[in-house]
Amino acid sequence: METRERYKVSTFILEVAAVLLALLFLSPFYFVIVNSFKNLGQILVDAASWPKQFSWDNYSKVWDAINFPLVFRNSLIITVCSVVGIVIVSSMTSYRLVRRPTVFNKILFTVLISSMIIPFQSVMLQLVRVTSLLEIRGHLYGVIICYLGFGLALSMFLFHGFIKTVPLEIEEAAVVDGCSPYGVFWKIVFPLLTPIIVTNIILNTLWIWNDYLLPVLLIGGNNDLTTIPIGITKFFGQYTKQWNLALPGLAIGIAPVIIFFLFLQKYIVEGITAGSVKG
Amino acid sequence: MVTRRQRSEWLQQLVFVGPGILFFLGIVFIPFLLGFYYSFTDWDGLDLNKATWTGMHNLNRIFTDDPGFWHSFGFTLRFTLATVLGANVLAFLLALVLTKPLKSKNALRTVFFLPNVIGGILLGFIWQFIFTKGFGAIGDLTHIPFFNQPWLGTPATAFWGICIVFIWQTAGYMMVIYIAALAGMPKDLLEAARIDGANYWQLLRSIILPLIMPAITICLFLTTSNAFKMFDLNLSLTKGGPGTSTQSLAYNVYAEALNNNRYGLGTAKAMIFFFAVSLITVVQVWITKSKEVEA
Repeated sequence: METRERYKVSTFILEVAAVLLALLFLSPFYFVIVNSFKNLGQILVDAASWPKQFSWDNYSKVWDAINFPLVFRNSLIITVCSVVGIVIVSSMTSYRLVRRPTVFNKILFTVLISSMIIPFQSVMLQLVRVTSLLEIRGHLYGVIICYLGFGLALSMFLFHGFIKTVPLEIEEAAVVDGCSPYGVFWKIVFPLLTPIIVTNIILNTLWIWNDYLLPVLLIGGNNDLTTIPIGITKFFGQYTKQWNLALPGLAIGIAPVIIFFLFLQKYIVEGITAGSVKG
Repeated sequence: MVTRRQRSEWLQQLVFVGPGILFFLGIVFIPFLLGFYYSFTDWDGLDLNKATWTGMHNLNRIFTDDPGFWHSFGFTLRFTLATVLGANVLAFLLALVLTKPLKSKNALRTVFFLPNVIGGILLGFIWQFIFTKGFGAIGDLTHIPFFNQPWLGTPATAFWGICIVFIWQTAGYMMVIYIAALAGMPKDLLEAARIDGANYWQLLRSIILPLIMPAITICLFLTTSNAFKMFDLNLSLTKGGPGTSTQSLAYNVYAEALNNNRYGLGTAKAMIFFFAVSLITVVQVWITKSKEVEA
């Protein structure tokens, strides 16, 4: 709105106020980063000051204590596999549901969409039981399979809305040319879905990367499967009040997702807008 | 020919929809339905065979002898009310300002959105440091009493502490949705109202707010359901403390099962939780939907 408005004195005042508020928004990050370079004594005496020297000792100690390469690898495997799986399964399902609206498929769609309202806490205890029975608990692929189940509804909803706008004529032309139904989907429809695939990737990545409860319930006692949020939580529990170690741990923990955001922010903001307008 | 075509249809249905149904049934639907069964048992989580049917025992216990659960319920309702109002008012104001021709508009949008990409667990730990050490340091510098309170030490301040962090985390996301809605408003309506001599408040109340009602519906729905289901932040920021004064409903369910090993009772609470979330979000969407207008 009002994009052709001129830059007035009142606009300048608004700008100053907004910049001040933005600095306030950023201040927690300032505190974490500045203090992550101090020793415990300096943190306790004055947490607001700029560090006297930048020592990386804390960081290298913490890097090993969390076993960062391992937890980063686990988070990455879980996130990438789950997101790819969700995109493939939910795009295929919603394609069929849009193109063949049989009674069964209509009911299925309604049930799936309604399931979005079920909070994770209402399923989690039984899920522990079911995944133990299926013998997928305690494995990385077990976590991935669970994300496929929980991610399906929202992603399908987004794909469903988008596929309805894909013109049928292109597909009919391909069928006339002798393309199989599977070829039509993978070679013709799937590439057309790129914008909504990006939205799906963004929304699911942010959710799965940051998720704590599902992996903590699913990996059980297996420490080799620790993800970043779980690793940081354990580490934080061990080093309560030892802020000189806890803070570098936090800084390492949030770095990957901040870098991800800063590089892809244009897509992230567009993806969130698209995802919410459909919702 | 007909049978071949039918077989191909069945195969397509199986290939396209089969995997989705399988994951949905196994991971979400069946466990969810099992919840209704386990709610009426004394399941301890370790052994399915030990889950004996106890009838209404769990529900009786929750409704007559579980003040902790109802305290969590009240806490969650108050928390939802405070953060839904706070996050949406802040997000809407930010969106109004950031649709003005500011020079730093894009950088500001990035900054306000930033907290949202970090998960509740890590944000909670960050703010634990801010509340216990950072605020103290600011208080020493500025002598403003606001900063010198025992922020996570008393039930009242801990409540507002969680609210502050939740609003800080959520406002940027809602801002993005409000900005999209404001940018998509038909400009001729605004122009016409201005020519008729409407002032800014009249514009806001009679034109802008009704026009962006769909965005308000979405934002209220997202904040309500996220606030009501708040768990991660609770776990890492206060652990429900001091005592159990800031224990959210989701955390209460979790603690009942995983700390007290009463899975049956926990499941019963989880099912009540499900009905509460459904009721609140459906009523809220129904109310705001009824206020939507056509441009």
